[in-house]
Amino acid sequence: MIRQLTSSERQFAAAILLLAAGVGLAMAATGRHDPLGVHGVIVLLFSGTLLYPVLTGFYEPEPKEDREASYYDDPIKVGIVLTMAWAVFGMFMGVWVAAQLAWPDLAFDAAWSTFGRLRPTHTSGVIFGFGGNALIATSFHVVQRTSRARLAGQFSPWFVLFGFNLFCVLAVSGYLLGVTQSKEYAEAEWYADIWLVIVWVTYFVLFLRTIARRREPHIYVANWYFMAFIVVVAILHIVNNLAVPVSWGHAKSYTIWPGVQDAMVQWWYGHNAVAFFLTAGFLGMLYYYLPVRAQRPIFSYRLSILSFWGITFFYMWAGSHHLHYTALPHWVQTLGMTFSVMLLVPSWASAGNALLTLNGAWHRVRDDATLRFMMAAAVFYGLSTFEGSFMAIRPVNALSHYTDWTVGHVHAGALGWVALITFGSLYTLVPTLWNRERMYSARLVEVHFWLAIAGTLIYVFAMWNSGIIQGLMWRTYTEDGALAYSFVDSLVAMYPYYIARAFGGFLFLIGAVVCCYNIWMTVRSVPLAKRRERDVPAAVAVPGE
Amino acid sequence: MFEISHETLVAFAKSWGLFYLMGFFLCVVAYAFWPSNRKRFDRAKTSILDREDKPWK
Repeated sequence: MIRQLTSSERQFAAAILLLAAGVGLAMAATGRHDPLGVHGVIVLLFSGTLLYPVLTGFYEPEPKEDREASYYDDPIKVGIVLTMAWAVFGMFMGVWVAAQLAWPDLAFDAAWSTFGRLRPTHTSGVIFGFGGNALIATSFHVVQRTSRARLAGQFSPWFVLFGFNLFCVLAVSGYLLGVTQSKEYAEAEWYADIWLVIVWVTYFVLFLRTIARRREPHIYVANWYFMAFIVVVAILHIVNNLAVPVSWGHAKSYTIWPGVQDAMVQWWYGHNAVAFFLTAGFLGMLYYYLPVRAQRPIFSYRLSILSFWGITFFYMWAGSHHLHYTALPHWVQTLGMTFSVMLLVPSWASAGNALLTLNGAWHRVRDDATLRFMMAAAVFYGLSTFEGSFMAIRPVNALSHYTDWTVGHVHAGALGWVALITFGSLYTLVPTLWNRERMYSARLVEVHFWLAIAGTLIYVFAMWNSGIIQGLMWRTYTEDGALAYSFVDSLVAMYPYYIARAFGGFLFLIGAVVCCYNIWMTVRSVPLAKRRERDVPAAVAVPGE
Repeated sequence: MFEISHETLVAFAKSWGLFYLMGFFLCVVAYAFWPSNRKRFDRAKTSILDREDKPWK
């Protein structure tokens, strides 16, 4: 890692890390017994740990070869390792909180392990830890290959990667300490939010500068999706997290948005986090790794452009469907509902484009579990976007909102679409990146595929059942107009589904562990691919259009 | 100070908001189907399958 840096870059890295350690020390000093103080210590330890390899490698010989003649893959490799580590952590926390709903004793009577504190460690762990690292790693890979240019920075890719992970660590450790802004998917407090802005702007500049180096006349569509992801997440994050801390020495802050505006801003953020974090970036993966793995160009490039702009401009308006039947003006609710329904068009355009790319190569989908991961991801993407549009319709929402149906919908998207496309992409990426002939075991990819599919289906079906039962029980009235069931009655009815959900999640977690083992063994023991094999031109590309 | 009332905002969103989206849609369709763009799109979609694994420089 350090060998690739020149001596001035090493000095710069050390200076940044010392600065970060200084900030950590200052946070610890001003925060004292507040959680801010604990986070100061974490920042200090994090920077100190990274400083160690920088200082031990400080006087190593400088790189002699022309670095511009090869791609910068080291940060991607570390990114993949971090992706899988967060996957196992985040999914384990998910299984734990799911099990707590069925067996509340699993909270073990401690404050840090209550459901309310553990749940955000699951959501942040999988969305930001697993999804975010996967997006950073694959975007670094895709932008270099499609631009045929090396990343436009030697130190900044590391800064982005480790800086983002520091944010994740601060977020997750904060929840356990009881720190939260009480905003869904934006629970981390003000100092972590400011840090993320710095990291994210660096990411954006790095991405733009790399694209500016390209020799290709056209920017490949996958990069558009990655750019939309980076730009919009920055905007959402800044606007939703505008807050005033109670003092410089406290973790607690108060948002500047009042009442219903706060709700609107939060769900404008929340839904676009789904749109641009969990959709746009992963569509970037889909538009690169699916054609590459199938060795067929995307079915229609024009359609991918149309659906890009459709998704970008429709999603922005859909957030208010989270606030049906609230104090939000009725027309704003209707606006959100209408745009959510319209979103089905560009969403299905992308899903259809992916599936039509595979049309004519179904035998490969049958034989190659990696390609099947991506095919299943496209199918789940199509299904969950249909479900989402449907649930955004106000009368449907009257039944589904606040029930487990919503949770089932989120997981159809998160497990079925986001995680499956990520695993498919990783199985494509890992052998190329480490220059291996293939994955260590095709059979284990197959095992992972079926564990993931079984886990997702069990999870989603359990939540559909429990959600609709809940919704119906809550709106059943007796003859004299009183509610027929108490809340506890509906809770008791959920018991078998909560067990099934925990089991489905457990299967999915086992799949992720199998994936870790397979990646590890690929790097450790699979022979290197022969140079010549990598240089042969693509097998005859079949035009899909 | 000039106040934007709820009604003004609704009227603006329902008229200009709609025109803006329609105009945007037409621009995107024109870009996607512009005949001279065909060549770059075709090149873009097939060039990612090229296995050469080195930057141009």
